[in-house]
Amino acid sequence: MQKIGVFVCWCGSNIAQTVDVQAVSDALAKEPGVVYSTNYQYMCSEAGQNLIKDAVKEYGLTGVVICSCSPRMHEATFRKAVASVGLNPYMLEVANIREQCSWIHKDKAVGTEKAIIMGRAAIAKVMLNTPLQAGESPVTKRALVIGGGIAGIQTALDIAEAGFDVDIVEKNPTIGGKMTQIDKTFPTLDCAACILTPKMVDCAQNEKIHIYSYSEVAEVKGFVGNFSVKINKKARYVDENKCTGCGECTTKCPMKNVPNEFNLGMDNRRAIYIPFAQAVPKVATIDPNYCNMLKNGKCGLCAKVCGAGAIDYKQKDQIVEEKYGAIVVATGYNPIKLDKFDEFGYSLSKDVISSLEFERLTNAAGPTSGTLLRPSDGKHPHTIVFVQCVGSRDTSGCGKPYCSKICCMYTAKHAMLTREKYPDTDVYVFYIDVRSPGKNYDEFYRRAVEQYGVHYIKGMVGKVAPRADGKILVQASDLLAGDQLHIEADLVVLAAAIEPDKTARPLATMLTASMDTNDFFTEAHAKLRPVESPTAGIFLSGACQGPKDIPDTVSQASAAAAKVIGLLVKDKLTTNPCTAQPNEMMCNGCSSCEKVCPYGAITYVDKEFRMPDRTTRVRRVASVNPAVCQGCGACTVACPSGAMDLKGFSNSQIMAEVDAICQM
Amino acid sequence: MQGMMLNRAKELLGNGTVNRVLGWQAGEFVYDITPAIFESAEELDANFVYNAFCGNNLSKYLIKETLKDGKVLVFLKPCDTYSFNQLLTEHRIDREKVYVIGIPCDGKTSGEVLKSKGMTGITGIREEGEEFVVETIYGDEKIAKADALEERCLTCKSKKHVAYDELIGEDGEVLDSHRFDMVAQLEAMTPDERFAFWRSQLSKCIRCNACRNVCPACSCEKCVFDNPNSGISQKAAADSFEENMFHIIRAFHVAGRCTDCGECSRVCPQNIPLHLLNRKFIKDINELYGDYQAGAEVGTRAPLTNFTKGDVEPSIVYHREGK
Repeated sequence: MQKIGVFVCWCGSNIAQTVDVQAVSDALAKEPGVVYSTNYQYMCSEAGQNLIKDAVKEYGLTGVVICSCSPRMHEATFRKAVASVGLNPYMLEVANIREQCSWIHKDKAVGTEKAIIMGRAAIAKVMLNTPLQAGESPVTKRALVIGGGIAGIQTALDIAEAGFDVDIVEKNPTIGGKMTQIDKTFPTLDCAACILTPKMVDCAQNEKIHIYSYSEVAEVKGFVGNFSVKINKKARYVDENKCTGCGECTTKCPMKNVPNEFNLGMDNRRAIYIPFAQAVPKVATIDPNYCNMLKNGKCGLCAKVCGAGAIDYKQKDQIVEEKYGAIVVATGYNPIKLDKFDEFGYSLSKDVISSLEFERLTNAAGPTSGTLLRPSDGKHPHTIVFVQCVGSRDTSGCGKPYCSKICCMYTAKHAMLTREKYPDTDVYVFYIDVRSPGKNYDEFYRRAVEQYGVHYIKGMVGKVAPRADGKILVQASDLLAGDQLHIEADLVVLAAAIEPDKTARPLATMLTASMDTNDFFTEAHAKLRPVESPTAGIFLSGACQGPKDIPDTVSQASAAAAKVIGLLVKDKLTTNPCTAQPNEMMCNGCSSCEKVCPYGAITYVDKEFRMPDRTTRVRRVASVNPAVCQGCGACTVACPSGAMDLKGFSNSQIMAEVDAICQM
Repeated sequence: MQGMMLNRAKELLGNGTVNRVLGWQAGEFVYDITPAIFESAEELDANFVYNAFCGNNLSKYLIKETLKDGKVLVFLKPCDTYSFNQLLTEHRIDREKVYVIGIPCDGKTSGEVLKSKGMTGITGIREEGEEFVVETIYGDEKIAKADALEERCLTCKSKKHVAYDELIGEDGEVLDSHRFDMVAQLEAMTPDERFAFWRSQLSKCIRCNACRNVCPACSCEKCVFDNPNSGISQKAAADSFEENMFHIIRAFHVAGRCTDCGECSRVCPQNIPLHLLNRKFIKDINELYGDYQAGAEVGTRAPLTNFTKGDVEPSIVYHREGK
């Protein structure tokens, strides 16, 4: 017979306020099998844990039920406590009477009744618990970073610094990400390339880091410590090992009119190209959509001029399979498409541009070599209107409901730099609020207003209408003055909202990592575990988790690296003993479980069985590899004959819980 | 047809291709057909029958037959071949030990149906075009097939054999049947009406287990209803509804695996339209995951044991029901 102890936690007033804890411990004391029942203010405190330990020793408890917060919170704490006094940690159950009871009820009588029922269910379950032993699984000491922007670069460098191998998978021909396209960085105004490109070079030179550029993750299998990933290296038609990056081919290619994505289509590149001078790896790539040789089999000029003989028109996509212990997602962001925002006339005039296009127009490596010129006629703009929150904080459904966080600061930067370089320019910024928290951020914004005389106007722009004479008429309201404004602008810059990269969603599916409704990756705990995904072994770095500026991204990237290092230094991970186990006598060998197992933990074996009539029969039965099984339980519900059971969550335990709940 | 089948069976027995034949024989009455094993030409001549009463799906019997030594010849009607494939998919039959002859089927009737039409003293049955000629001790009586066929045959889903080693007669096509019409009618009911319908039907159940025993999908080594560890076997029902749950649980257990052979309803002594429960699942699977016919191919992954990125989200299932 089991001897069960029940421990009801007040959680300060979190539980005690809406649950009569005394009544709960009294009621549960009367349950069959319960030999000890008590309540205490903070069961997780040292005193609370000692209370449990002492009771286990004094009453010789064989099972423990804690009525407290979610098991996600403190199950491990309590398991450790009971294990320290010799009880198998899996002889403990947690009834979550906080999140699932006290926090959602207002009526104390109802809350108390429900808490008693939940406690009763946990007692019914623990009655059927069996001692379980955790196993061990090895850790592959190599990390994968998906995305080679500043987030991925920083994470990879930090992991490599600790001595572990890291692979970066970047879908573009070069690492560097969005930061390569940015001109200056707030709040210090140092040049983005000057601080980024050394880090890119560090990545390339670090022998612990391997860069898979122009590659994408095709398949992810396995689990924490033991991921197996297929990487698709897209054909770039240039041998990476031979190409010296001399750029000769990119000057000779006759296809001159390919829109240059690095400059957001504001100038052209060739069909064979190196995205920009500091690209890493500095290797040419042939764009198969434009290359005449690949499309029609005519030309071949690049192969002729290449001194290294690196051009290979027959190159094919190549799948590389690698094993990793941890995976970091650093897929970043993109500005939203502005076509939907007709009122701002983005598609009506070349002189209505996005902020990222503005960055290119002011960058020395941009289409205008850094001189701010209007895209339409190449003239200097004299009146510039910046519009904030285009698609951000937008609940109309057109844009995004969240604040994109970086726009206030980069717009202040743009306005300030424009006034600095071209003091004869009138600069207007229309805003809903200016959000500038952060070290030296508000000072930076105030400098734009006070020192540089940027006209900050609280109010939204209603309409942007290009006129035939090249001017752009901006209609806006000045909420503070209560005026309608009509500004004849030469250039309008829209601070477009940012959204997660489109590759994030399919990647999340592959990783079984959860996302929010905006496709940002969800963290394990918003406050306490901000760089971990709820899926073990998956970590989050940068804007894939939420809008972030560069300082925040780099901090989070290093934090993610610290978590990865913490995982990779371990030689072995303790595995969850709650794994599936087939009852071979009942197994039909139908393969349903094998088909639903997401981890490939189930195989089938032909085994000899003694039958009741003393004959032997060879039967095909399921066999679970406990090192690979993650205890998700998919197989137990797929099994048509109920032959598969999950240790620690057996069918009979769950039925016992349901029965206990249904008891009147 | 019976003659052709007999000759071929004797040939294959004679030349050693197979060492026994799984077919049908008549019971006390000609319409009491029962599956049987024949091990010699004499046994075949004496008892083998194939006629419009031979509705029994023989595929399930192959589970036990293929555990034995030697090879067994089986005659499968088009709808039986789907069950056969499904059992192959679930590794329940050893394909190497079976020789399958596909035989055509123009629909089956039963003694019960004919008796309900006022016929008694039935001694035989023949098919003549669109009519059955029922031989009785009072002479021959004719009845249009449309009036005498079982429901599953009126809504026949396929005349095509999806598995065979050889065919006798011509192979047919997959048919555009109206088998989901009745399900649609049930769906159109209010929840209360539907509940009342099923309560009245399922309350007739006498728990004889015939539906489970005949079902090719119900081939578990140990049925949960017979397993003392499942906590439900040998348990007196707390109320009549608990008894009804048997059918609902069974429908869940065969969901995605049921080929809609209709044996459950055929054998039900209480005439409960059990196949409608399974058809509801099939219809839902078709609508939510795209058309899927269990048993159409060997080795396919049924939608319920598969995951694709295009799978319907739970919220859509929820909203669909909410309408």
